[in-house]
This record gives sequence, structure tokens and C-alpha cells, in this order.
Amino acid sequence: MKQKRPFWKRLGLDLRKNYILYIMILPAVIYYILFAYVPMAGIQLAFKEYSIKRGIWGSPWVGWEHFERFFSAYNFTSLLTNTLVLAVYSIILNLLTPIVFAIMLNYVRSVRWKKTLQMVTYLPYFISTVVLVGMLNLFLGENGAVNGILGLFGAEPVGFLTSPGLFKHVYAWSGAWQSLGFNSIIYIAALSGVDYQVHEAAIMDGASKWRRIWHIDLVEIRSTIMVLLVMSLGGILGVAFEKVLLMQNQLNFSASDVISTYVYRVGILQQDYGYSTAVGLFNSVISLILVLISNVLAKKLAGYSLW
Amino acid sequence: MRKGIRETKQDRVFNGVNLVFMLFIFIVFAWPIWFVIVASFSDPNAVTSGRVWLWPVSFHTGGYVMTLENTEIWRGYLNSILYTLLGTAVNMVLTIITAYPLSRMDFMPRKILTVAFVITMYFGGGMVPMFLQVKDLGLTNTIWAMIVPGAISIYNVLLLRSFFLYGVPKSLEEAAMLDGASLLQMLLKIYLPLVKPTLAVLVLYYAVGHWNDYFSALLYINDRGLYPLQYILREILISSKIDQSVNGLDAASIMKKLKDAGTMKYAIIIISTLPLMIVYPFIQKYFVKGIMLGAVKG
Repeated sequence: MKQKRPFWKRLGLDLRKNYILYIMILPAVIYYILFAYVPMAGIQLAFKEYSIKRGIWGSPWVGWEHFERFFSAYNFTSLLTNTLVLAVYSIILNLLTPIVFAIMLNYVRSVRWKKTLQMVTYLPYFISTVVLVGMLNLFLGENGAVNGILGLFGAEPVGFLTSPGLFKHVYAWSGAWQSLGFNSIIYIAALSGVDYQVHEAAIMDGASKWRRIWHIDLVEIRSTIMVLLVMSLGGILGVAFEKVLLMQNQLNFSASDVISTYVYRVGILQQDYGYSTAVGLFNSVISLILVLISNVLAKKLAGYSLW
Repeated sequence: MRKGIRETKQDRVFNGVNLVFMLFIFIVFAWPIWFVIVASFSDPNAVTSGRVWLWPVSFHTGGYVMTLENTEIWRGYLNSILYTLLGTAVNMVLTIITAYPLSRMDFMPRKILTVAFVITMYFGGGMVPMFLQVKDLGLTNTIWAMIVPGAISIYNVLLLRSFFLYGVPKSLEEAAMLDGASLLQMLLKIYLPLVKPTLAVLVLYYAVGHWNDYFSALLYINDRGLYPLQYILREILISSKIDQSVNGLDAASIMKKLKDAGTMKYAIIIISTLPLMIVYPFIQKYFVKGIMLGAVKG
């Protein structure tokens, strides 16, 4: 059956037979060339001194100069630390809170109450980042509702939005608030797939709900947890840049300046294209390495692979 | 979980803990949203002095009036509607016509193109080269800057492709083939009708993405007339740039304006989120389905 014809002949036949498919895929090919591969070629800017007159391809090479400048920049350590702290904090929160919520929800008896809880927790997912940060400003400001509640207990107003020390908490917990419902769906589904007979057997043996959570539920969703954990590792340097940028102000700046906001500021606002491309490249290379490592881990630990 | 079995003391403790936990969750999620609604209908002074908690205090709609009188918000609203409709339409057409060839086993460049597209998911040029490319193409300050750079999501293409691959019975396809259907007819008459729920999910994701997008405007748009709603919202909610011009107003109007600015932020949150909140009950089931689709795919 499989007699190999020469490549060009096969291509010619395929073009004739499937010409409509070639026409269909053409826009995507153009799209990826223009908006993925040309910008990828633009990475050469990281090793060049950009001049508007000569364009990306004609600008002179400068080697590793931009990288050296970044590594020796006064804020290099704080950029890296802020990025890591925000990302690791939110990865942990976004992993743990949905698990706790899904498990507890699984033991809620009233179907109506369960549905209500699911509905209100999905809702914030649809709120835009701008509105979310706007709500943070309204609720957590000096005269905001949260400080009003704290005031009832006689506490001094807390500068949630202005304190560098509190920035990571506000950032991570508001993120957890927004995505709890979304992230818990997968666990809720996994838990509802647990055979109830296992639970019944455990009840007969006198197991309490705490023990059932520990020995049945957590065991059942273990592989789901592993996969999601390992996959989220790839995003360690991928802080939610838009949100950080919106939450940033002069008072919390020392804790809220991350690599990507730095790239935006230096690259887009100050138009230092070569240097900012280098900083961005540093970020994407580390991210890529982390994705590769986490994929290897996922394969080993959970038998799951991205590819 | 079931009746008939007597609960132990430990389990009763658990139930208590669970009830308290869920009440806490309910309050933490429902109250902020409820508060925004209530505050938007309250007297601004009552809101700032912390007298509003669960119900509107001295019902007042000045914030809404002020929002609706703001022409920039209106224009932003219309722009966002346009970007969402046009953007989602472009997304859907491109996603479908890309996923279909990639799902055809006999399409020769299938593998190499899939790999070439998927690579872009994990590695890209980054913000600055992308910005320069959009500029070089002359898209800056046009509505296309809001639509074209994000025209295809490879993740969604892969999702749809796997539904074309595994969700359409091969027997149906063979029958259509025998009847002399072309590849295009097959897509329109067999494939698309069978994956309608998946298409609904994709529309939802793309549309929410466009509606909530402010960053494209931040990067590529300088013309105030082209700003989407989210960009205007950012100015009002976060930079607190509210039109405070008081030219030609008497003292009473100035006082009223300053006062209403207090609840305008709440009103504008409601107005901007309204379209999503209205469709939310109808799309909720698709939303849940969408996440499960992603899980099945993975």
C-alpha cells in the first residue's frame, strides 16, 4: 500500500486534492509569521543598539552589553525577588484554596446552597482586571469598607494599597478571590467522580469525615493536584503583569516593580528598545526552561505530558 | 452525606466547621459585589462616611447620571462593543478554518504546521519586538491593533481540533464522502453543527477577553476616540481622573458634581460589568463545560 512517491510529487497531489485546506490554513500561517515569528526574529534587538533610521536588521551589534547592564542594575535583585515572591505566593494560593473549597463543598448537603456557592464563586472570574483593581482601591482604601470594618473593632486604618509589605498579600489574595471558582471546577468534577461505595465502606468502618477527606478524597484527586502543580511551575516568572501594573503606585513601588512592568516602563515608555528586549528575553528564557523542567517532572510524577 | 447513618461527634464538629467556612466564603464573594450595587444607589456622603453596609442609604442615582452624561464613557462603551463583536467574529472564523485543516489526517503539512504554531505558545518575541512589529505594520492607532495581534489563540485551535478529530463520527464523514460532499461542505454541514457547544464556549472566552482587554489599548492606541471602555475605566477608577471641570457652573452645581463623583466609581463598575452579568446566568453552564473541555483535551 505504502509506495513512497517523491516528496514534490506527493505535495503536488495533496495540493490538488486538498487545495481548500491550504487556502483555509493560509491566514493562520500569515498570522503566525507576522505576529509570532517576525517578533521572534526581533529578539536580535537584545544584542543590538537600536537605531530608528537603520531598523531592527540594520542596527549595530553590541553583544551581551544589555544583559551585563541588566545584571548589574541597582534594581536587578529587587526585580527578580519581587517577581518570584508574587508568582510563588499566588501559585501556592491558587493551588491550595480551590482544593480546600472543592473538598468542603463536596460535603455540603443542600443542593441549593451548593449551587449558590458555586455561582457566587464563579462570578468574579468575569470581572475585568481594571474593575478588580478599581474595587480593591474602593474597598481597601483609607476610607474603604474594609478599614470601616476594622474600625468597628477599634483598629487603626491599614494602608493596604500603599504598604510595600502588604502588596504581595493583596495581590495574591485578590487573585485567589478572582479565580477560586474557576480553579475549583476541575476538583469538584474529580471529587464527584469518586465512587460513593468507597465512602460507604469507610463509614461502615467508622471513619469520620476528616479521615474520609484525608484517605479517600485527597487520594482520589492526587494526580489532578500533581498535574496542576507541576504545570503552574512553568508560570513562575509569568506574573499577572497587567494587574501588577494597575496596582502599582509610588508608595508600594519597592515591592511591586517586577520584571515585566520594568520591561514595559523601559521599553515602551522610555523607548530603550534594545535593553528592554534583553530583559524580556531573560524573562522568557527562564520561563521556557521552567516549562521544560515542569514537563519532565509531570511526566515522571504523574505520567502526564504537554506534548 | 446520606441519612440513616448516625453521625459521630467528630462529624458534627466537621459539619459545624464546614457551615462556618461556607458562610464565610459566601460573604467574602457575594458581599463585595452586593456592596458595589448598593453603594452605587446610595448617597455619596453616606458611602464615604461608612454608613452603607447592606442596603442603599438615602436612595440616590447621581453617580449613574454622571456616568451617563460622560461622553467618553459612552464612546468607550461603543468602541468596546465594536471590538468585542468584530474581534470575536474574526477569532471564530480563523479558529475554525485553522482547526479544520489541522484535524485532517491526510493534510500533508499538518504535523509541521501544528508544531510551528504550538511553539509560539511557549516562546515569543516578547512585548517590545511585538510592539515594534505592530507599529511597522502600521496598525498603531487603528481599530485593527485591538483585533489583529490576538486574532488566533492556538490553545483554542487545539481544543477545537481535538473535537473535530474525536467528536465527529467517522461513519458520518464516510457517508458524506460517498454522496460527493466537498471538504468545505463537510465542514459546514457536518463538523460545525456537531461541535456547536464547543463553539459556544469559544465565543464566550474570546468575547470576555475582548471586553476586558485594556492592555492592547495601552500599548497600541493613543487616539482618545479609539479607547475601549476598560481604558477609560482605568483612568476613572485607578488614576481617579474624573472630569472636574467646573467652568460656568454655579456653586450648587459644583458641590453636586463633587459629591456625585463619590458614587460614580460604583455606578461605572455596574454599568461596565452589566453586559457580562446579564448573560452570565445563560452562559454559566457553558463556562463550566469549557473548563472541562480543556481538561479532557489535556
